[in-house]
Amino acid sequence: MKKLINAPEDVVREELEGIALAHSDLVRVSLDPYMVVRVDAPVQGKVGLVSGGGSGHEPMHGGFVGVGMLDAACPGEIFTSPTPDQILAATKAVDGGAGVLHIVKNYTGDILNFEMGAELAREEGIEVEAVVIDDDVAVKDSLYTAGRRGVGATVLAEKLCGAAAEKGQALKEVADICRHADDFGRSMGMALTSCVTPSAGRATFELGDDEMEIGIGIHGEPGRERMKLAPAHEIVEILAGALVEDLPFRSGDDVLAFVNGLGGTPLIELYIVYRELHQFLAARGITITRNLIGSYITSLEMAGCSITLLKMDYDLTRLWDDPVKTAGLRWGA
Amino acid sequence: MVGTAADVSRWIRAFQAEIAEHRDRLTELDAAIGDADHGTNMDRGMRAVVAKLDGDVGYAVAGGAANSAAGEDIGSLLKTVGMTLVSTVGGASGPLYGTLFLRMATAASGRSELDAEGWAAAWAAAVAGVQARGKAEPGDKTMVDALLPACAAFAAVAGRGGSAAQGWHAAAVAARAGVKATVPMVARKGRASYLGERSAGHQDPGATSSYLLIECGAEVLGAAVARAGHGTAANQ
Repeated sequence: MKKLINAPEDVVREELEGIALAHSDLVRVSLDPYMVVRVDAPVQGKVGLVSGGGSGHEPMHGGFVGVGMLDAACPGEIFTSPTPDQILAATKAVDGGAGVLHIVKNYTGDILNFEMGAELAREEGIEVEAVVIDDDVAVKDSLYTAGRRGVGATVLAEKLCGAAAEKGQALKEVADICRHADDFGRSMGMALTSCVTPSAGRATFELGDDEMEIGIGIHGEPGRERMKLAPAHEIVEILAGALVEDLPFRSGDDVLAFVNGLGGTPLIELYIVYRELHQFLAARGITITRNLIGSYITSLEMAGCSITLLKMDYDLTRLWDDPVKTAGLRWGA
Repeated sequence: MVGTAADVSRWIRAFQAEIAEHRDRLTELDAAIGDADHGTNMDRGMRAVVAKLDGDVGYAVAGGAANSAAGEDIGSLLKTVGMTLVSTVGGASGPLYGTLFLRMATAASGRSELDAEGWAAAWAAAVAGVQARGKAEPGDKTMVDALLPACAAFAAVAGRGGSAAQGWHAAAVAARAGVKATVPMVARKGRASYLGERSAGHQDPGATSSYLLIECGAEVLGAAVARAGHGTAANQ
């Protein structure tokens, strides 16, 4: 499998070195342990926001460090959780005395490592709260699974919480906004092709030329169903239909619609998906008041997309519109 | 002297060699029901552990005598192992194996040797720690399915006055049966749980590496203790 790399074992370090060179106005990068930290951290009196997870989902999370979003990101190896010592170091680096919020995606490894990282930070006297994002409706949420995975709503939660923290809101309030984004956000994705991890060098799963996987996870985890490839409008009906039914979103609701590319899908296709989504929602009396279209939470070179819908209100809209200045997301600043 | 820090160091080194040898097998097992990184992650972590032990006075020579005061405390050796795994493995295995060794370290703190009862207590603490961290129950198709029967077998041997060597061997037999029992199980924890029924028919990679850990203990510590029991030098 062709990749634009030097050596599989150097991918994460070399990517971080690239980020350090490209974005020194926004972030400081540590290579031991791996972390991307806002250049002016810790900001005194501001709640610190830390997220992290396996690499391979860029720009999430390192690309979302900066004014109005995260204070630090802890990248693990490709698709492997970061470790507690990284999380502790990042938490200490961003603690400005107002406490630190950990935004954690619901994967067993992320949960366990962030739990240990938070315990270590609390032992050093830092107030830490953690909110777990689990918005992927593809997974049946039951006692018999690890629960729904954290996907697209994570990006939205990081933006909204970043704005709230920038305004000087307290740790508990920022954590409440994070929980709200998780409670009222729903996502589902689909894949046209597999991702290829650099160390494996071959497709994580096999998918025929005429097939698609509905409900794919961002590490290539299996979804709800493997189907014959269908036109974009049918794919959007399946994804958006599942989201609308799950929350449920109702006629009269305002939503933020996030059409996300998984890494190998061009923007031209994402706009077609957005067109279909707009029509699907309009036909059900649901209004898109804000949108985000592009590849923000990816799965290496996987082709496909995910759709996230977040029910909006006045306060969330204000937070969304607030300035943000990061490598991956930037407006108003 | 039986079950000394030098013996424990040899156990850990044997586990590292075993993980290196079975790295691809563990990754294949993980590819079937997880994310295909268990062998790679454990191998990276155990190599770091051995490098750390090599750097610490007293553990420098594999199987060598523990000369320094630090070298004689089994608890501090196991703590080094646990902390290194926590910071190098990542994934779910890092916190789980880290917790296993850290709890074992606490139970063995200040001890320069462990007998059957000492090991049984250390294993009980370790497995309780893993369960508290990962919240897995028996039958969830996790490392607990190898660890819990092994721990019970060790406790049973210690309870009837058996030797540590007998305890380790009984634990290895129970762990092996535990690993085999994971094959038909439907996963309820971790990434494999997303597969639901499709996870049945595959051996759990975490249970497999846990079995390797105990099997190495039976070979190294079981033998060391057995030799001591026959009047030969254990601490060579």
